[in-house]
Amino acid sequence: MSDRLPDHGPLPPAFRRWFASRGWAPRPHQLDLLATAQAGRSALLVAPTGAGKTLAGFLPTLVDLAEKNPARSGLHTLYVSPLKALAVDIARNLDAPVAEMGLGLRVETRTGDTPSHKRTRQIARPPDILLTTPEQLALLIAHREAAELFSGLKRVVLDELHALVTSKRGDLLALGLARLHRLAPGLRATGLSATVREPEALQRYLVPQQPEPALADLIVVEGGARPDLRMLDVGRTLPLAGHTAWQSMPAIYRLIREHRLVLVFVNTRLQAEYTFQELWNLNEDGLAIALHHGSLDATQRRRVEAAMAAGTLRAVVCTATLDLGIDWGDVDLVVNIGAPKGASRIMQRIGRANHRMDEPSKAYLVPANRFEMLECRAALDAVEAAAQDTPDPRIGAPDVLAQHVLGMACAGPFDLADLYDEVRSAAPYAGLDYAEYEAVVDYVATGGYALRAYERFAKILRGSDGLWRVRDARTAQQYRMNIGTIIEAATVTVRMARGVRGKPGTLLPAGGRRLGEIEEDFAETLTPGDTFLFAGEVLRFEGLKEDEALVTRGPPGSDPAIPSYAGAKFPLSTFLAARVRALIADPSGWDRLPAQVAGYLAEQRRRSRLPGPDDLLVETFPRAGRYYLTCFPFEGRLAHQTLGMLLTRRLERARLRPLGFAANDYGLAIFCARDLSQHMQEHPGVLDALFSEDMLGDDLEDWLAESAMMKRTFRQCAVIAGLIERRHPGQRKSGRQVTISTDLIYDVLRRHQPDHLLLRAARQDAATGLLDVRRLGMMLSRIRGRIIHEALPRVSPLSVNVMLEIGRERVYGEGADEILAEAEAALIDEALGSPPPP
Amino acid sequence: MATAIRLEKTQKNPMVTLAGEDLSLDLSGALWLPAHRTLVVSDLHLEKGSSFAARSGQFLPPYDTRDTLASLHEVIARHDPARVVALGDSFHDAGGPGRMDPADHALIAALQDGRDWVWINGNHDRAVQDGIGGRFADSLTIGGLTLKHEPVPGATREIAGHLHPVGKVAMRGRSVRRRCFAADACRLVMPAFGSLTGGLNLRSPVFDGLFPDGCTAHLLGDGRVFAIGRATLARD
Repeated sequence: MSDRLPDHGPLPPAFRRWFASRGWAPRPHQLDLLATAQAGRSALLVAPTGAGKTLAGFLPTLVDLAEKNPARSGLHTLYVSPLKALAVDIARNLDAPVAEMGLGLRVETRTGDTPSHKRTRQIARPPDILLTTPEQLALLIAHREAAELFSGLKRVVLDELHALVTSKRGDLLALGLARLHRLAPGLRATGLSATVREPEALQRYLVPQQPEPALADLIVVEGGARPDLRMLDVGRTLPLAGHTAWQSMPAIYRLIREHRLVLVFVNTRLQAEYTFQELWNLNEDGLAIALHHGSLDATQRRRVEAAMAAGTLRAVVCTATLDLGIDWGDVDLVVNIGAPKGASRIMQRIGRANHRMDEPSKAYLVPANRFEMLECRAALDAVEAAAQDTPDPRIGAPDVLAQHVLGMACAGPFDLADLYDEVRSAAPYAGLDYAEYEAVVDYVATGGYALRAYERFAKILRGSDGLWRVRDARTAQQYRMNIGTIIEAATVTVRMARGVRGKPGTLLPAGGRRLGEIEEDFAETLTPGDTFLFAGEVLRFEGLKEDEALVTRGPPGSDPAIPSYAGAKFPLSTFLAARVRALIADPSGWDRLPAQVAGYLAEQRRRSRLPGPDDLLVETFPRAGRYYLTCFPFEGRLAHQTLGMLLTRRLERARLRPLGFAANDYGLAIFCARDLSQHMQEHPGVLDALFSEDMLGDDLEDWLAESAMMKRTFRQCAVIAGLIERRHPGQRKSGRQVTISTDLIYDVLRRHQPDHLLLRAARQDAATGLLDVRRLGMMLSRIRGRIIHEALPRVSPLSVNVMLEIGRERVYGEGADEILAEAEAALIDEALGSPPPP
Repeated sequence: MATAIRLEKTQKNPMVTLAGEDLSLDLSGALWLPAHRTLVVSDLHLEKGSSFAARSGQFLPPYDTRDTLASLHEVIARHDPARVVALGDSFHDAGGPGRMDPADHALIAALQDGRDWVWINGNHDRAVQDGIGGRFADSLTIGGLTLKHEPVPGATREIAGHLHPVGKVAMRGRSVRRRCFAADACRLVMPAFGSLTGGLNLRSPVFDGLFPDGCTAHLLGDGRVFAIGRATLARD
């Protein structure tokens, strides 16, 4: 790679001197990107962490501006990052080269925190380089001055592109980029990305796909030193289920003692709380260990980040909040607790240790149960093979497009056909057909209802010149207040209450310290007196007051009463799942597994059987008066929950009286009141029918009518598309502001216009989101004709894993009426004087 | 534990007694007084969707009126009442009748045909006094019972609406929130009947003055009505 180093090619002398003064040499990919930019081409730079990606991204801008006529003015380069903090950090890092080379440039950030006078000034007198986020870009292009502001824009740099494109934010950014390409025809885009499975998707994303599909250039930096990655072996037998990894805490604590700064990654906020508390209990040396997750108060998170940067911390327990972006300190070890879930995800996390790419990053995977040992082994193999499992490119969401269309009307009058071509030039919307586009515009104008009731209230109107315009200034203001695709769960503030301990039910004074936010759903399940883990301590819930949950410190040494485990947020990737199935199917490779896992699998083979890599093993067995069906598709918890709902309906129809089910990332257990083994013996072929793909037809439709997850998905679409406002002029900001129940809207819309745009949008999301229907469909087609049934006298070793989820997870077979009946029964018991159940 | 309870064979629309009158709590949210062949529905909030479109630019589905009238049609067809009482807030705002589709006007006229139809005045629709058939009143006395829109603390033998009570049951990390009748020995507060009407949690202090000694919430489930004590319900 170094054979080109002496030739600094296009680099001007001032830059060579600056590199030399730092004792650096420009890296080949930095020069390659510069050459590409100077040739007037857009490019995607794929490089591992520590490769100097950001400098590479800005070098063409700095060189161009240094060489240009100093009289030029206007915005030259726009930088977009998924994180506000990253934009701020990059701006700071650019200060040094700009000042040391005397470039005399203005570099500014524009985020939600930027004061309004500065925003106004940035449009009147733009800086040379502006660093911002996708949401702020959407606001900028919807501005009436947008055309002028961006007309001279030369470059746009999209950072962490691999992370952005997997969500609706990526759709929003793609539409913003399409508008920029139109406003500034000479614009060149640069994408910066970690290693991905299909770089072509990102190459398409950067350049207009109209009038014909096109690709940006690709520059790949081969991944520096191989990571030093191992599975942590604590020499103890791990349980068959559970996610706390308590057995490994002493070993993790020893690792913290032996290193400078350790990042301890976990998958959920509650796991973070648990791990932090366990480590704190072991912390005899008084090491500085901190906690970092998205629900904590922002000022508290900033304090932790600053302490990391200052080198005063020894370990940080964190969630995905530290997956991306900023180098907060000299991390020399990464520990990942629990299942890795995906190969690319784990590579990203490992990359947080040691940001010099020629030195190996050091990391440990810590399985919490024996199944996670399998998953860790599969992840180690994947990392060894440098295999990636980043998701497929997205199909642009209609709700995001609706938001964008209104924004474009706010910017100025638009022509229907012109905007269609512009939208299709964005890669996620390249396949959008005209009828669907028209439906979106119609939705924006009057709600898209078959009953044309709202024509006279239309938000956008077609003038006599054929152009569409926004109705009035109020509509534009409403658009600006409701921008963005990140729909946060409704939350309540957690605040310390003073002087109320021991007096539940009394009026609570506010004014204590703000600790952070908890989901409204979680807060709703708390009753005064309950204790739970938050912000690293056991808190006692005292009551809700307006939008705040008031708490006091729990009794010293007490255990939290509300369970601190919630299922992993990320489902097992399809890719790792296939590797896990292959591991199980091939006993000749078991010597690479920990002995306890190999022994466990051997026991499974003896008592039941092992499925082949593409088979589905179904076991049925009786236990304690009930009859169980377990199966192991390894398709992730979300797909399994959907499968469980649909199978339960079918079993109900077959009069097998299903009572409920539980699912995890690996499999599913359904329990019934009737003997399943006997039924299957009497009805051969019943399993094939049970698992047939047609369950994704009517059964799925029926279930969607009442699915809480579908309703949540719909709510997000409704908010993004502006049917329901998050904020209204004059109201204050809060997740609880959505006052009209979107569940009621969902029900009414399903009854009267089942093909409405927003219902279609919600179904599109359900395919890959909370219901993972698409993955379920792929699985059902994979196992067709490959179902292996074992009727067993008792539970098998494999089944124990998912059986242990029963009672731990919510039971999804329960309808609303069952819950109500139970509450009613409690009243009757009370009335009859019988004691409440323990 | 994980057992889902099987439904017992229970009366779908239970009866309660208030001031000696038998009242049937209909699963639809309507109240049926068999002795008087009178059906009571409260807080229809017709044209709520168009009211939002006109005032705030939020385009709720314009099907709320049609949907509410369809439910009303169903319950009227089932009981064939001699008299129907709409217990106030029948329209979301005074402009409602003017915005309502002619087909919906016709639907209402068809439902009114051959029946005594009483629109009790509510706080949202006091200004509506004609153009929708029927007769208008501030309150109505049937048997020993007073029917009016807003409940009055301390009153007895009263049937009212206005508050849109809902009850929430939280259990094992799940919660179910449903519209409900709220009743004690003196009064009954009806759930809102309208399709897009939200609700006020029965645990809210607003209900404290109405039910000083607690009350029973009759929650509208999927298959039947469930009786649950107010104190057992969860807060929002």
